[in-house]
Amino acid sequence: MKKRQPREFMMQGNEAVVEGALYAGCLFFAGYPITPATEISEIMSVKLPQVDGTFIQMEDEIASMGAIIGASLAGVKSMTATSGPGFSLMQENLGYACMAEVPCVVVDVMRGGPSTGIPTYPSQGDVMQARWGTHGDHPIIVLAPSTVRECFDLTVKAFNFSEKYRTPVIVVFDEVVGHMREKLTFPRPEEVEVIDRIRPTMPPEWYIPYEDTTQGVPPMAAFGDGYRFHVTGLTHDIRGFPTLRPDEIGPFMDRIHRKITLGLPEIQMGESFQLEDADIAIIAYGTVARSAQRAVINARERGMKVGLLKLMTLWPFMRVAIEKVIERTKVVIVPEINMGQISREVKRVNEGKAKVSTINRVDGLTITPEQILRGIREVS
Amino acid sequence: MQEVTKLIYKYLRHDKKFPHVWCPGCGTGIILGALIRAIDRTGYEKDDIVLVSGIGCSGRMPVYVDFNTLHTTHGRALTFATGIKLANPNLTVIVIMGDGDAMAIGGNHFIHAARRNIDLTAIIVNNSIYGMTGGQYSPTTPYGMSATTAPYIHIEQEFKISELAVTAGAVFVGRGTVYHAKLLDGLMERAILKKGFGVVEVISHCHVQYGKQNLLGSAVDMMKWQRDNAVTVQRAKRMKPEELEGKIITGVLVDKELPIYQDEYDKVKERAKEGLSSFAG
Repeated sequence: MKKRQPREFMMQGNEAVVEGALYAGCLFFAGYPITPATEISEIMSVKLPQVDGTFIQMEDEIASMGAIIGASLAGVKSMTATSGPGFSLMQENLGYACMAEVPCVVVDVMRGGPSTGIPTYPSQGDVMQARWGTHGDHPIIVLAPSTVRECFDLTVKAFNFSEKYRTPVIVVFDEVVGHMREKLTFPRPEEVEVIDRIRPTMPPEWYIPYEDTTQGVPPMAAFGDGYRFHVTGLTHDIRGFPTLRPDEIGPFMDRIHRKITLGLPEIQMGESFQLEDADIAIIAYGTVARSAQRAVINARERGMKVGLLKLMTLWPFMRVAIEKVIERTKVVIVPEINMGQISREVKRVNEGKAKVSTINRVDGLTITPEQILRGIREVS
Repeated sequence: MQEVTKLIYKYLRHDKKFPHVWCPGCGTGIILGALIRAIDRTGYEKDDIVLVSGIGCSGRMPVYVDFNTLHTTHGRALTFATGIKLANPNLTVIVIMGDGDAMAIGGNHFIHAARRNIDLTAIIVNNSIYGMTGGQYSPTTPYGMSATTAPYIHIEQEFKISELAVTAGAVFVGRGTVYHAKLLDGLMERAILKKGFGVVEVISHCHVQYGKQNLLGSAVDMMKWQRDNAVTVQRAKRMKPEELEGKIITGVLVDKELPIYQDEYDKVKERAKEGLSSFAG
């Protein structure tokens, strides 16, 4: 009888990220040790060489980001993982990946900031940085798991989106999600969809590396495939060569934003919980969404009509889904482990229609169900 | 002459809109010429070469030539190159940097790439100045010179690039000047063929920024200075330290054997597959 491979494990969010990355076909990891993300590097250093992949510990996070872009240009799915201070260092090269349209995945396990902050405590203080940390207008996809299961699933999704849309994808979660242990049942091979970038099939002389397509995503050759082309962080024409012409820069900038906008229906992921008849809606993500779910259950027991929208995609901001929630409810509560970052976006979408209330905490601890319940009582 | 025309036809990009960005008389074109001749002599196919650069005048070199070309961020060229080489070791990865690129903003990456002995070739154009931004002092601007950010003379000591490369562990280090173009051909060819981290430092001239501010004359005058002050490694061995003051030591400074990163990592993969981890992941 064939021995059955165990498929159920107790593991940390950080471990699940590694498993998700390997499931998605990641074969290159470059990183620099930093709490609370270090486990991802350590486990990658064990597992990648087992599957003929490459792990390298670079001299800093700037180098890590450069290396994963280089590996991706050579045709290999690549990833790095860090926390706040390292994420700050990665920003310039992150913008390069947006500009040159290089798929890669960056994991930011959020700890308290600013600066060195609170390395061992959770935070959601980097969610605006994930959106706007690198300079210039750029599209970005940011996913936010709240469970170990989602750490796995959203890491697979992050690779899929990065490959499909030729863009860096950021996975952000707080230290609690990174270090919390839960049961994870591994999907079987091919049970979950894995997407690879489209590579050119035309003869090299016909290949135009940054040509517009119906979906706005040109096929991507790897260095060494026989399609010799130029990659630059300067604004470039469809052949990849630097350009100063407004009639070339404009369409390029439009295209890199359009390709993400066209993908919004699948990129924007969330889950609603008892929202159907809710008067009060909570919008939350990460660890806080778990506290919020418990608060909803407790509030319902007390007869209060409360529901939850859990955001699994933070950026591009889920405007349409949130507008629908606002239309149905009188009050929206946005609890976050920061001074109020996503709540500003909710207020922007709200345009004064519903009352938007916030619950914030930056003392190093996460927001508890009781705290949210108190917030519910205050507005009901 | 015919030979040169053939190389130009073979390696220059016909679909790139010339003219190039460099000032008339710049040394960068001569360095690119040497690099093309060196690559041609190695016999590598154009598809197998990746030319990576940072930011600055030297950073614009790859765009004109018909290889896999990558113009990265300032100082980070070696990090991108590291990823490319480890992801596909069959590629021959050549990195071009300026002195600001490799020694200032990218100094850390440079010493670590040398220490790791990743099979890359680093070509550093050392013109002692930030040319593209208009003549600010760089880590290789000598003490006592002028720059737009050192209007009252420069008070810092300069980095000696090749000597730093030797100390950091590069297995091949060569230095030449733009004047000694044929020497450059040979140094670059050897560095590209060398297994491991090879460095070629090229002393170049920026007559437009550095030369003008320091009254060093035209491009030709500055190349004559290179000619008159270059001392071969062999001759330098017979000279006293005070005689070597202000001279450029040219030729091969180091050519040694050390295990390369990729070969060592292959051993890691073997151990990993046998389950010999010291960590229960």
